[in-house]
Amino acid sequence: MITVGLLNYWVVVVLMMVGFYIVMASRNLIKKMVGLSLFQTSVFILYITMGKISGGTAPILAGPGTTYSNPLPHVLILTAIVVGVATTALGMAIIVRIKEAYGTIEEDEIRSMDANS
Amino acid sequence: MFLQHLPILQIIVPLMAAPVCVLLRRRERSWAFALLVSWVVFAMSVLLLQRVLLEGTIIYSLGSWPAPWGIEYRIDAVNAFVVFLVALIGAVVLLYAPRSVFSELPEVRCNLFFTAYLLCLTGLMGMATTGDVFNLFVFLEISSLTSYALIASGPDRRALRASYQYLVMGTVGATFYVIGVGLLYMMTGTLNMVDLAERLQPVLMTRTVLAAFAFLVVGISLKLALFPLHLWLPNAYAYAPSVVTAFLAATATKVSIYVFVRFFYGIFGTAYAFDTLSLGGFLVPLGLAGIFVASLVAVFQTNIKRMLAYSSIAQVGYMMVGVGLVSVSGLTATLVHLFNHAVMKCALFLAMGCFILRLGSCELEDLRGIGKRMPVTMAAFVAGGLSLIGVPLTVGFISKWYLVLGALERGWWPVAVLILLGSLIAVVYVWRVVEVAYFHEPTGKTAAATEAPLSMLIPMWLLAGATFYFGISATFTSGVARRGAEVLMAGLAP
Amino acid sequence: MSPETSILVSLLLPLATCPVIGLVGSRPNVRDAISFIAGLLTFGTVLTLLPHVQLGVYPALSLFEILPGVSLAFRVEPLGMIFGLVASGLWIVTGVYGVGYMRGHHEVDQTRFFFFFAFAITAALGVAYAANLLTLFVFYELLTLSTYPLVTHARTPEALRGGRIYLGILLSTSVAFLLLAVLWTYFAAGTLDFTPGGILAGKVDTPALYVLLGLFAFGTGKAALMPFHRWLPAAMVAPTPVSALLHAVAVVKAGVFTVLKVLVYVFGIDLLRDTGASVWLMYVAGGTVLMASLVAMTKDNLKARLAYSTISQLSYIVLGAALATPAAILGGGMHIVMHAFGKITLFFCAGAINVALHKTEISDMRGIGRQMPFTMFAFIIGSLSVIGVPPMGGSWSKWYLALGAVDSGQLVFVGVLMVSSLLNIAYLMPVPIRAFFSTPAPASTGHGDGSHQDHEGLHEAPLLMVVPLLFTALGCIVLFFFAGPVYRLLEPIVH
Repeated sequence: MITVGLLNYWVVVVLMMVGFYIVMASRNLIKKMVGLSLFQTSVFILYITMGKISGGTAPILAGPGTTYSNPLPHVLILTAIVVGVATTALGMAIIVRIKEAYGTIEEDEIRSMDANS
Repeated sequence: MFLQHLPILQIIVPLMAAPVCVLLRRRERSWAFALLVSWVVFAMSVLLLQRVLLEGTIIYSLGSWPAPWGIEYRIDAVNAFVVFLVALIGAVVLLYAPRSVFSELPEVRCNLFFTAYLLCLTGLMGMATTGDVFNLFVFLEISSLTSYALIASGPDRRALRASYQYLVMGTVGATFYVIGVGLLYMMTGTLNMVDLAERLQPVLMTRTVLAAFAFLVVGISLKLALFPLHLWLPNAYAYAPSVVTAFLAATATKVSIYVFVRFFYGIFGTAYAFDTLSLGGFLVPLGLAGIFVASLVAVFQTNIKRMLAYSSIAQVGYMMVGVGLVSVSGLTATLVHLFNHAVMKCALFLAMGCFILRLGSCELEDLRGIGKRMPVTMAAFVAGGLSLIGVPLTVGFISKWYLVLGALERGWWPVAVLILLGSLIAVVYVWRVVEVAYFHEPTGKTAAATEAPLSMLIPMWLLAGATFYFGISATFTSGVARRGAEVLMAGLAP
Repeated sequence: MSPETSILVSLLLPLATCPVIGLVGSRPNVRDAISFIAGLLTFGTVLTLLPHVQLGVYPALSLFEILPGVSLAFRVEPLGMIFGLVASGLWIVTGVYGVGYMRGHHEVDQTRFFFFFAFAITAALGVAYAANLLTLFVFYELLTLSTYPLVTHARTPEALRGGRIYLGILLSTSVAFLLLAVLWTYFAAGTLDFTPGGILAGKVDTPALYVLLGLFAFGTGKAALMPFHRWLPAAMVAPTPVSALLHAVAVVKAGVFTVLKVLVYVFGIDLLRDTGASVWLMYVAGGTVLMASLVAMTKDNLKARLAYSTISQLSYIVLGAALATPAAILGGGMHIVMHAFGKITLFFCAGAINVALHKTEISDMRGIGRQMPFTMFAFIIGSLSVIGVPPMGGSWSKWYLALGAVDSGQLVFVGVLMVSSLLNIAYLMPVPIRAFFSTPAPASTGHGDGSHQDHEGLHEAPLLMVVPLLFTALGCIVLFFFAGPVYRLLEPIVH
């Protein structure tokens, strides 16, 4: 069912899987964060695209008979973006501290340092 | 007027108090302020519980915007109980906190610690009281982010890696949750729980809702550490500061379990979730697997905090078996174990905190003969340990009682037998510690140890005493749990 | 004092002495005197309940609800009365003996010993008085936990290992089987109260009844039914006063008491007879009787031999319960008393021999009759009671058990009882015979230090040990003549 109307969902799925794969497969901690960001962004796109109504315009009052796109998903995603930013910032802060403590941000090196200690 | 706004004050008070802790630079002052706030929050939770038990469900619309357009806070017997629990733990642990936190964290960071603690409390409270699913996500992330920060502030550098791993897994879980919520919103157009329950009924058999269901199950199960999605928990609990471990072990997974039952009993309803999709068939085996695998791994741990963390995973397994029983007894067992486990695990981790303060270590080797040097602390540990085993007159026994009865009512004999066998494994890992503590002479680190300070002993024994008190007279906790179970079985759809 | 108050007082009194003992621990004479007085007072309080029970008025006391619908409640009926009297009465005697032993053996940590001793007595009395299965279970577990520090008293690696087996088997059986049985009963019958005639009639179908009985019987690990008997020999690592009171009297009797009580008041004798649900238990008990006796014959360590003898004797009581005829049940109940006195005498003697002559192996005990005539005389009395020879009390309980076997038509068990008596002779009598009629071994046996080698002439154990063991030996003889009151006290339970 490769209809053009489902294009946004395909984009979401691809981004989500790419992001998820990066999270799971990367050894480098920053790359994991990148993957996480991609993963979260795909969800944002899911919400926003679901809010678009065919023929709808921006949700600003413009007179009777106008079709508006749904503003609620946008509101939700603003919140989610903020949460995503906070998560990324916190993740980066932890990575900085890990670098200070271990001298590396490669996961397998950190693991072997912990195993030896 | 104040009482009228109690549900939202419950969240606003710690939220507004948190920045004040940043401004109060001195660590003693920020602690004192945080303590005051936590006890005010506890008092409010008691009032809320009282009101709910007397008058029934409390519904509060934020900003007087009526549902389903506005965000509403809905407190019934289930979440009043959870809120009461979280507030109690938050208050008692903070009472215990100063000596422990001041010794494990650098002086300049203590005020930030208490800030994060209050924010985590806010997040957990919000998760428990809100009636809007996206609002729940916001509070979920508030509590999660602050827990990542709290865990990372541990003195051991492995805390950083543990926190990072938790961050990644927790964010994945939360994102799955958001996907699930998004898909539900797509099908129903609402985010209010009651409204969602009603509007879902006609569209339950669509693939979208099925996908939403799956995402929600996995996402929430990640947060509550259901086997095999528990991998973040052992390290996070083991390397975090003692106060953080005690607080999180008693609250984070419990609130997530509450969210789970609220979604699948309340919003989706038992007919869809358990009969059509047989969620019970998924939960009970995983719960049982969690009990056995986690208990067995716990037996081989030398770091006692890690051992207790694996024990927590096993206990979550018990609670999820109760959820999977789909009966009032099963849910009563889960809710009563929610409370009981929080109390006993918190007491155990507080005892570990005392050991870390005096010994600097929580390895089994370093606890030799500690029973002679720190008898009061060790006695609290034994109390918690006996409760884990399920000795009568402790809260652990009450939980086992209801769980097995629930299984018997459903006629699931093997489950009843496995539940009892699982608690026998606890005998092994608890008794290991008891033997080392009492049957050896104090050597090395323990030789110089003295009893923990009174400021730590009293809160710890408040909780250890509670493990006996609510085990001897369980009518209050099981009564409230039963009411909650009945509310949940009825579902949210009107 | 009203009977309800008596119940409460007799339970709390031993418990209250615990902190007192802890506080005055530094002054041994004060501490031991307090233990002794507490023992007397407890026994006295328990005794005040006896007239009520004899009249058929069973004092009851309900404390509070543990769970909605189930409370911590007590009800003193004949079986419980017997067990309570035995436990509290023999506590006094063992207290005196214990003082003698601990001092004679120069034991350490005596305060901790007497502390947990008192605690265990409360637990035993709680089991005796229990009015419902939950109360019984609570105090049963308390008994296990409070006796653990006593079993591991020596703190040596062997003590630790023994303690692990003890706790492991008792907790495993009670959690995996007994608790399951209690919960199943609650689920099926809706109540946990001990009721004359039982609460399970019509609630559980017959195949399930077999399983439930099995869960109860094997779940009561303290009754030492094979294959869950290993904890008893393992617990012999404890000091002898512990072995004497707890493993000849309180702990094991709590086990068989539980079995008796469950079969009479939860299942009901009629239900058992009608369904034949307990026939398999007769065979398990009978097998335990014989096999334990056979193993006892192979043991050279006196305490180990007595341990296996206890396992065998406990199964007499389980057999009596399983036979489910009035005579058998009464025989089992009487055996609680008879065996308690007989076995405690034997253990007292074993401890006396250990303290006075530092001997634990039977092969070393040649000719000690010359050195310890009183002890060995008491040993003979105790052995005869266990074997079941008149004029010792043990003969009466054996008689009723045999009668009960005949009544039930299971004549093979009469044979079991007879063979067992023969085996008892085979493993018990060699000890006094060797003591009195063998010449002592030459001086170069090499064990112990030179100063404790063969003392010619009298070298008895301390007086505080000899008096109690003679007292209990006398009790065996007295019980022969006073078996009637015991029988009459127990009779109502089979109607």
